[in-house]
Amino acid sequence: MRLSARETATRPQTETVPPRPSGHDHHGWLASAGFVALIVWSYRGTGMDLGQLVGPKGLRQIAAYVGGLFPPDLSWTTLRDAGIGAVETFAISLVGSLLAVGIAVPLALLGARTLLYRGVLFEARPLAPGVWALRIGISAGAKALLSLLRTIPEILWALIFVFMVGLGPFPGVLALALHTGGVLGKLFGEVIEDVDSRPLEALQATGAGRLRIMLYGILPQAAPQFVSYALYRWEVNIRAAAVLGFVGAGGLGQRIHVTISLFLEHQLLTLILAIYAMVTLVDALSAYLRRRMV
Amino acid sequence: MTVPGPEYELRELKKVFADGTVAVDGISLTVGAGEQVAVIGPSGAGKTTLFRLLNLTLRPTSGSLGIAGLDMAGLSDQALRRQRQRIGTIYQQHNLVGRLRVVHNVLAGNLGRWSTARALASLWRPRDSAAAWRALVQVGIPEKLYARTDELSGGQQQRVALARVLVQDPSIILADEPVSSVDPSLAMIIVTLLRDVAHESRKTLLMNLHSVDLALGYFPRIVGVRDGRIHFDLARDQVTEELLRGLYAGHRDDELQLERPPDGLNLLGRACRPLPGLAE
Amino acid sequence: MAEPVAHFPASPSKSAFPYLLGAGFLAVLAGSLYTAQVDPRRLFEGDALANAARFLRGGFPPDLSAEFLGQMIRPAVETIQISVVGTLFAVLIGLPLGLLATSSLAWSGILHERRAAIGRWVLGFLPYAVARGLLSVFRSVPEYVWAFMFVRAVGLGAFPGVLAIGVAYGGMLGKVYSEILEGVNPRPLETLQAAGASKLGIVLYGLIPQALPSLVSYTLYRWECAIRASAILGLVGAGGLGQQIELSMRFFKFDEVVTLLGMLLCLVGAVDFVSGRLRARLTR
Repeated sequence: MRLSARETATRPQTETVPPRPSGHDHHGWLASAGFVALIVWSYRGTGMDLGQLVGPKGLRQIAAYVGGLFPPDLSWTTLRDAGIGAVETFAISLVGSLLAVGIAVPLALLGARTLLYRGVLFEARPLAPGVWALRIGISAGAKALLSLLRTIPEILWALIFVFMVGLGPFPGVLALALHTGGVLGKLFGEVIEDVDSRPLEALQATGAGRLRIMLYGILPQAAPQFVSYALYRWEVNIRAAAVLGFVGAGGLGQRIHVTISLFLEHQLLTLILAIYAMVTLVDALSAYLRRRMV
Repeated sequence: MTVPGPEYELRELKKVFADGTVAVDGISLTVGAGEQVAVIGPSGAGKTTLFRLLNLTLRPTSGSLGIAGLDMAGLSDQALRRQRQRIGTIYQQHNLVGRLRVVHNVLAGNLGRWSTARALASLWRPRDSAAAWRALVQVGIPEKLYARTDELSGGQQQRVALARVLVQDPSIILADEPVSSVDPSLAMIIVTLLRDVAHESRKTLLMNLHSVDLALGYFPRIVGVRDGRIHFDLARDQVTEELLRGLYAGHRDDELQLERPPDGLNLLGRACRPLPGLAE
Repeated sequence: MAEPVAHFPASPSKSAFPYLLGAGFLAVLAGSLYTAQVDPRRLFEGDALANAARFLRGGFPPDLSAEFLGQMIRPAVETIQISVVGTLFAVLIGLPLGLLATSSLAWSGILHERRAAIGRWVLGFLPYAVARGLLSVFRSVPEYVWAFMFVRAVGLGAFPGVLAIGVAYGGMLGKVYSEILEGVNPRPLETLQAAGASKLGIVLYGLIPQALPSLVSYTLYRWECAIRASAILGLVGAGGLGQQIELSMRFFKFDEVVTLLGMLLCLVGAVDFVSGRLRARLTR
């Protein structure tokens, strides 16, 4: 609604529209520009040709390949092999995830600064400098170890363990356990440090030592989040377990590697269907358990 | 268990926090064994910090703190924990673990005595649930023994905290604004309960109270704290209107509760039961 | 002093169900331990320790020669580029499918209150179901399997890596996008609709502004995962550092492997850092 001339004239001069705030936008523009540059550079760098992809050759190649996978090989031997592979993959993911929790919890507790040297549990008495330095070292060391465990990708751990103990599902279990242990350890550590400290203060006031405060104050508060994260990682691990087989660590991955190398496309499709079934199953189980327990 | 000499002996106790705030500025106080003392004062006066010093959660910056004749400075870790076990604390709120069942929160009063192994085993199968049961009977909510603590109302949770102190069976009970988050009818019940328990077992009781009426109605000795220092330390009947106004001067919200009906009647005080054995 | 009001209650009635569940779980666990051939002794017998020692001895000191590092710059750069373009592809695939897979956009909720049932079904629910199915397939097949297939389809190099990440992560992005969009507060949307806004107007002024920070934040997080994935996809021939690691492992050049691992660590750390900063600014 536009103001009439008289209204504009009688309005006090101070009522002009304030200018748009600037400065804020400069960062945004810079970041966006940088981002676009990154994308363009990467695109050219990968030598990718969108035309090649969408064009007749690319799409047709892909479609032809995918089409050639059908129909899936549903013979008894293939199905049985896929079934065994599926069970193996499930087993690898389950044991690996459980072991990961076993690794993560102690390391997370050791790395929690609020348990070792900082926060409300340490206000009454200063730690002796030697003890304090030692505790900082332990906490930093635990965190560094977790960082190492999780930065090395599972597939690399699998390579290493296959190298050490040979082929089969066991190296896959170890690989998942170590890598996921690192991931969970970091997540668990954050949960522990974010826990409500007021009940801990109350427990300390009854004369409880740190271990008992941990049992009655920290773990009960942290447990639901622990379970939630662990179940979520199990969903990730069932996919990872399927893949570790590529480097010889058993399960469906190993069989897929074989079928691809031998150009057995129909069996490949069966195996892919098996992976899909397994992944969907674990996803559903995990969601159900998370609803029930948390 | 009678101990010769004062239970609490504070000399020029001072607490300065890392950011420079002087929360407690030279408090000297003596509390005898079995005494009951109410601490009042405006918000931010340093009462909570004082209590955290008294229950050995914080370390004083200077001054000395003695409990039952023992100086609290320079104690070993184990001795410190033993001292803490002799002091039971009740907080205003958020001091229970919500996800645990009431029985575990109540039995946590034993953590100063139990070994870690026993504590762990009790989480699986509660040892001595009979003691927890008896404590809950005393505070009036025995049926909640196996309920999850976060399913209880605020007032009920505060009673669980009380039950925990009963199980701990300390020589000193410190209550830091235990009824500020609780509705008034329940407040009287809780304060009465604490007072009676302390009286029967001859425990020393210090209570931090927001409500002047409750303090004057239930406690024979009132300590007024302002700006980290003791403003007055008197018997109940020596506490006058002017003293109270001086204590809360400048703190509008706290002053409001000093508004009294014109004839100066302390309605609440009249309704309180006097401590048995003490003249009104 | 109140007398004990009731008798001391027994423990809360324990049904048999938790015990059955526990027993079932233990059985599954035992079976899994057997199937996965878990045997900690294998770590210590035979050549295991000797191989580990070989790896450690051969790997340290890592190969930090200028020549090798120079050769590895191209693959490292390629890894970054694969992760960026791969994530871009994932967004291109995941966003439209995610929008279709959002029930509140497709067929349910206040945007469709006054729509005829048949319209809702054919134009709304069917595409929704198809989109959901596609997303499910895309993200349930691990990216390495996709990479393997694309290598067969279009040859070696960075291209199949990009495609694999695009498809697999597109599935994940699409699912999470739809969850974010469905979790948006519906009240501003109702207000906009009541004020006469068109469907597009509601989406632009109500849906997107609420959802955008979470959408971008999750996409950036996927980029962090993509850098790890693209490094490793090389192990199956899709370019980048992974391919180099595979080569070095094949020739037992452990010192090179350790260097490459170190480079991978740096790359991952850099991407994590950038992504973390961007996400923090978003949620400010």
